[in-house]
Amino acid sequence: MKQLLLIVACAALTSGPAIAGKAFVSNERSNTITVVDTETWEVITEFPGGNRPRGITVSPDGKTLYVCASDDNIIRVFDTETYEELPSLPSGPDPELFILEPSGKRLYIANEDDNLVTVTDTETRTILAEVPVGVEPEGMGMSPDAKFVVNTSETTNMAHFISTEDYSIKHNILVDQRPRYAQYTADGKRLFVTSEIGGTVSVMDIAEDGAPTVVGKIGFEVPGVQPEWLQPVGAKVTSDGKRLFVALGPANRVAVVDAQSLEVQDYILVGQRVWQLDFTPDEKYLLTTNGNSNDITIIDVAAEKAIKSVQVGQQPWGVVTID
Amino acid sequence: MRILPLFAALFWCMSAVTAAAIEVKATVLRIDYPSLLPISRYDLKPDDLGFAGAALGDEDNGTTGGFLGHTYETATVAVSPEEADAAMDQIIADGVRLIVLMAKAPEILRLTDKAAEAGVLVFNVSAPDIDLRDVNCRGNLLHIAPSRAMTADAVAQFAVWKKWGDWFLLAGSNPEDVKLADAFRRAATKFGAKIAEDRIFADTGGSRRTDSGHVLVQRQLPLDTQDVRDHDVVIAADETDYFGRYLSYHLWTPRPVMGSGGLRPTTFHGAHEAWGATQFQTRFEELTGRYVRPEDYNTWLALRVIGEAVTRASTADPDGVRDYALSDKFELAAFKGQKVTFRDWNGQLRQPILLYDGSITVSVSPQEGFLHQVSPLDTLGLDRAESSCQAFE
Repeated sequence: MKQLLLIVACAALTSGPAIAGKAFVSNERSNTITVVDTETWEVITEFPGGNRPRGITVSPDGKTLYVCASDDNIIRVFDTETYEELPSLPSGPDPELFILEPSGKRLYIANEDDNLVTVTDTETRTILAEVPVGVEPEGMGMSPDAKFVVNTSETTNMAHFISTEDYSIKHNILVDQRPRYAQYTADGKRLFVTSEIGGTVSVMDIAEDGAPTVVGKIGFEVPGVQPEWLQPVGAKVTSDGKRLFVALGPANRVAVVDAQSLEVQDYILVGQRVWQLDFTPDEKYLLTTNGNSNDITIIDVAAEKAIKSVQVGQQPWGVVTID
Repeated sequence: MRILPLFAALFWCMSAVTAAAIEVKATVLRIDYPSLLPISRYDLKPDDLGFAGAALGDEDNGTTGGFLGHTYETATVAVSPEEADAAMDQIIADGVRLIVLMAKAPEILRLTDKAAEAGVLVFNVSAPDIDLRDVNCRGNLLHIAPSRAMTADAVAQFAVWKKWGDWFLLAGSNPEDVKLADAFRRAATKFGAKIAEDRIFADTGGSRRTDSGHVLVQRQLPLDTQDVRDHDVVIAADETDYFGRYLSYHLWTPRPVMGSGGLRPTTFHGAHEAWGATQFQTRFEELTGRYVRPEDYNTWLALRVIGEAVTRASTADPDGVRDYALSDKFELAAFKGQKVTFRDWNGQLRQPILLYDGSITVSVSPQEGFLHQVSPLDTLGLDRAESSCQAFE
């Protein structure tokens, strides 16, 4: 009997789904999370993600999924294997975007309505600090050494550099209108901040001590598309720091930018109102959420070509991938 | 495929982070005219009309200013038309050089000219008169409120987009209604619509709700809208608000209504959610305990223009604010999906116009396909060549 149990247990262990990787997409309007197999690009399942799920990320071990449930005023937590809901985390009101530090311990959350960044301990599920920032905080980026969190405030139009040591703001940098996203290069030497209404990406060099210096601005131009619709939102940079991909919102395109020369090299046509981006962990593919066409586009990163689109829930907002 | 050169402004801004403190003083002056009750009780004016938007703008500016060493102080003053001049004198005597004015055109002009002598910059947040952007423009007067030409063009573009090319224009008889009807006629010509029928519905009083207005108009309006040439849509020009709201259900021939009834053009309303506006609504409601009105949005926007100029150009000097606002460096996010900027030929703020049915944003003009060599927003209102304003040259 004991032996039989053991066999059953072994079978259970080995017959687990042999899935290469998964993408989790938050669907703002259908209040769900869509799970997509990143090998076959088939939808595996869709499960409830709380009210108005937007920002989405995973723990460093890939086992825990965190979702900003904006209208529930909490962070919903799920098991990435079973999709079971785990105890929620406090977030402060209207969490929109957040960033998890590399250790997985502290989560930094932008509270749009309250001009705050809330710091939450994911282990004790308590709020450690509230940092007052500019009006309508949104974008959250973290330096690779985890010493700084960068928050962008959409109406104040600044990037606020918050020290993770004492939660004080060390630098404030004005950028163009409605900054949405902050993305460091993997070596921590450069930071990109997208400005949706300004239509630009501000480029900053980051000194050893974390101090930023604005070194340039990237603008966009697509023949036949009104300049007003070139609205940079999500951005991701390859780990070698060579290429920056920028989602251009209602222009329905992702720009490919040489991250050194800051020249725009190409525009990849994707779904409608492209919002956030994430690479698969091997960086072979870049996934885009397309809010108005209710799908995600899969971009072959090496070829810089869109290869497929997958229908997800209503108004997909954010995306995160795991191995 | 271009890299924008680093603007000099950017360096000012960066240095502004450590620059000396700036104190920004502004005042919102509201003239309360004697007026009849609105047709709908929902349109009763709250006591803090406009002032509430200013409070939010002041708060938003203050938060940003906190990071730059800039402080904002915004006063609000409400007076009768008789007290307006004295109030203006007092505000100027108090040293305020940035004034947001909620008034009708005659007072806007008179008070702006008075203010000009003291070097004051005035923001018009209420008067829609086209002549203020044309023959009667002033170099120290910026217009946040859209002109009648802009709102009429916004309606006309939607009608043309819908292929509702034949209009029945029904205008009120009060001077404001007549001016609005003129703006619709101008818009029809501009966008190729035809006014199949052009009529006046005279204001004889008695249509208001307290007079049980529906009883009267239910008999009167069908009579007055009979025997009309074929039309696709009824365009109501009723700025004084005595019949437009009734039209949708009291026409002889059932047709959609736009303009002062049915689908109405507005700068903003309390149900607008697109482009991050929900955040604005939430902040406003938390601060004031009520839904936002267009007047509040306009005063908020005026203060945000000031805030943006102070933040980027590090000056609260009225000429400095004006010059920055009119420069091509100026841009402002205003929850309308694209940046708003100023027309440097008449000081009018370019902005999309929402088309509102009383509960939701039905559409937003400029409509798709209305193109312009500079900005599609310039398809609304007086374009450079159409304005005779020379005060900005």
